[in-house]
Amino acid sequence: MQCMSYLFASRQSANQNQLDTRTIGQSRSLSEMFPESAVDAGAVGFILSRIQRSAQPVLWVQDRLSGKEAGRFYLPGLNRRWPILRVDVTRAVDVLLAMEDGLRCKGLAAVIGEVWGEPPALGFTATKRLALRSEANGIPCWLIRRATNPDLSAARERWRVASMPSAPHPHDPVAPGDPQWRVDLFRSRHSRPGTWVARYDSAADRVDFSAPFRDGAVAESDGAIRRRAAG
Amino acid sequence: MERSGDAPPDEVPMVLATEGQHGPVIHAANRAARIAGLRMRARVVDMRALCPDLRVEYADTEGDRAALDRLVLWARRWCPWTVADGPDGLVLDTTGSDHLWGGEAAMLVEMETRLSLLGLTAGLGVAPTWGAAWALARYGGVRQICSADQIASQLAPLSVPALRLGDETVLLLRRLGLKTIGALADMPRLPLTRRFVRADLPDNPVLRLDQAMGRLAEPVSSVEALPRFRAQSRLPEPILDPAPYLAALCHDLCAQLAQRGFGCRHLHLAVYRTDGEVSTVNVATSAPSRDADHLRRLFYDKLERINPGFGFDLITLEAGAVEAVDIVQTRLDGGADGDLQLARLIDRLTARFGARFVTRPVLRESHVPERAEGWTRAIGDTQAAASQVSRERPIRLLEHPEEVRVLYAVPEGPPVQFIWRRQTHRITRYAGPERIAPEWWVDKPGTRLRDYFKAEDHTGRRFWLYREGLHDDGRGGDPRWFVHGMFA
Repeated sequence: MQCMSYLFASRQSANQNQLDTRTIGQSRSLSEMFPESAVDAGAVGFILSRIQRSAQPVLWVQDRLSGKEAGRFYLPGLNRRWPILRVDVTRAVDVLLAMEDGLRCKGLAAVIGEVWGEPPALGFTATKRLALRSEANGIPCWLIRRATNPDLSAARERWRVASMPSAPHPHDPVAPGDPQWRVDLFRSRHSRPGTWVARYDSAADRVDFSAPFRDGAVAESDGAIRRRAAG
Repeated sequence: MERSGDAPPDEVPMVLATEGQHGPVIHAANRAARIAGLRMRARVVDMRALCPDLRVEYADTEGDRAALDRLVLWARRWCPWTVADGPDGLVLDTTGSDHLWGGEAAMLVEMETRLSLLGLTAGLGVAPTWGAAWALARYGGVRQICSADQIASQLAPLSVPALRLGDETVLLLRRLGLKTIGALADMPRLPLTRRFVRADLPDNPVLRLDQAMGRLAEPVSSVEALPRFRAQSRLPEPILDPAPYLAALCHDLCAQLAQRGFGCRHLHLAVYRTDGEVSTVNVATSAPSRDADHLRRLFYDKLERINPGFGFDLITLEAGAVEAVDIVQTRLDGGADGDLQLARLIDRLTARFGARFVTRPVLRESHVPERAEGWTRAIGDTQAAASQVSRERPIRLLEHPEEVRVLYAVPEGPPVQFIWRRQTHRITRYAGPERIAPEWWVDKPGTRLRDYFKAEDHTGRRFWLYREGLHDDGRGGDPRWFVHGMFA
């Protein structure tokens, strides 16, 4: 098992040698996030771990259905990373309006929006506006989309995140430990798409990325690389 | 103080009441009620026994205070130095202004006339010190005037409460046999000082007497009246849309504000319709501002709420809640910094969505999860007290806990499996329970305790579940289970 994982790790590093894991998900542009299910908070946890701790506030915009179905963020659980400015609106159009307004303001650490379903207002043009505005001021912008399939969008990065069984707890064998997520960057403009297992290290407040373990055929190049490494 | 058209006739005894320690107490009474023998600060139920047909209304003390503050500024017509004195008085420093009204006596007549035109009855007095004027206005003769060498002789016949003393001190002095100010002034000073050496100024008759006699200084510190800023445009003929004129109005107003060094936090736009109606739109900002473009943008899609009727021919824009704003340049290139931009963002969002929907979360001191987080409006500038989070908490919380069907091995233990939103979650690992007791000082009697579990299901999703109550706690049937939040 360990041998296999080593083997896959080496392949992954060969594939992704130009991608520094510290920059995964740190783009200062529009990223779309598709959580695996509405009740899965792993996607939100991943986003939170990707926004750097700062004294500047994060603008969090949510439409009514997202709040009803997936809950709202809970400040005691956020560990005082940044102050939050919350906007509750009813329609998806208002979410986009508020996000765009927020991206105009340089005093924000990030802008997070949550949209439920496939509203007609959220098309290619709307996402392009968000992406351009976000790049103009260099503010990370995350759009969380639930109950929908990824369709046409101008988002620079598109993610799919699902929770995985957590790491073992250091003191209690039956308790869940640090969270782990399967992170899938399936569309990316500036870097190479990839799939990782992200483990949030709560003690050090950082995310460790590793290659996913999966059963499958070994690619042709793997052996070659290993032989070259050996020889 | 407030005038209204539905005041009761003077022969009906009527009182205003405030909440006292044991039910409502009398705050003010009209003439008929005073003649009937009602006493101030007595309980309303007791006074009803004296006067069965008494009419009682609740006093609006806040409104009275606000009206008095306006009256302070209005009283600047007689002299430039005015200030409110207690809940029902005004002090005017008329030094050097009385000759403009033809002497002190003529000035008092003028004041009484003007105040009666406002519907106010006033007791007036002129004296060289604040304390003496207070005493003469309330306990002295009609429009009594006192010169510097007459203070002692004019105050001497007045009773002791005219020295602005508390009730207990007045009672004590009466027991000591000191009923008038003259009797108090004739006392040897040393034993009196020794008797009241620990008393504060409002309860110290020696210091109060010194103030009234002018031996202890009591300056009048005046409040400053804020200037009013207003821009208007008169139109040659009625129009239906104010938008084209808004930019010019904002520029005009902001130029006025900049000239005096002020910024505003509220803007009131009013259109005066040809049929005599007035329609208004108000916006607010989180920080005082005089940026014309920013203020104009706050009216975005609010102008539609104006009902133009058959058109309007006068538009006014008035600044409310003005504050002095210094010009601050924080960056060498003259650009604005993040804080200012943030304040403007909050203004824009609040103007568009309403103050209720743009909020900041704050931590509160409570163990009950839904009370541990509070929401304050982003547009106010309140700083919440910081509190600590000691235990691990989920990053998302459901608006209302959702009930789930649960299978468990032992009643007090963790669930093995639960069904939520028609999906079955098999629990593989759990942490807990963490028991959170109801807050008896807030919750209704019979509220059950909660045992919280952090549970991970077979796909790796982590939930925050709780069981409400215990099996034998005698507060209802079998305990129910709820999902309350999700961990990352």
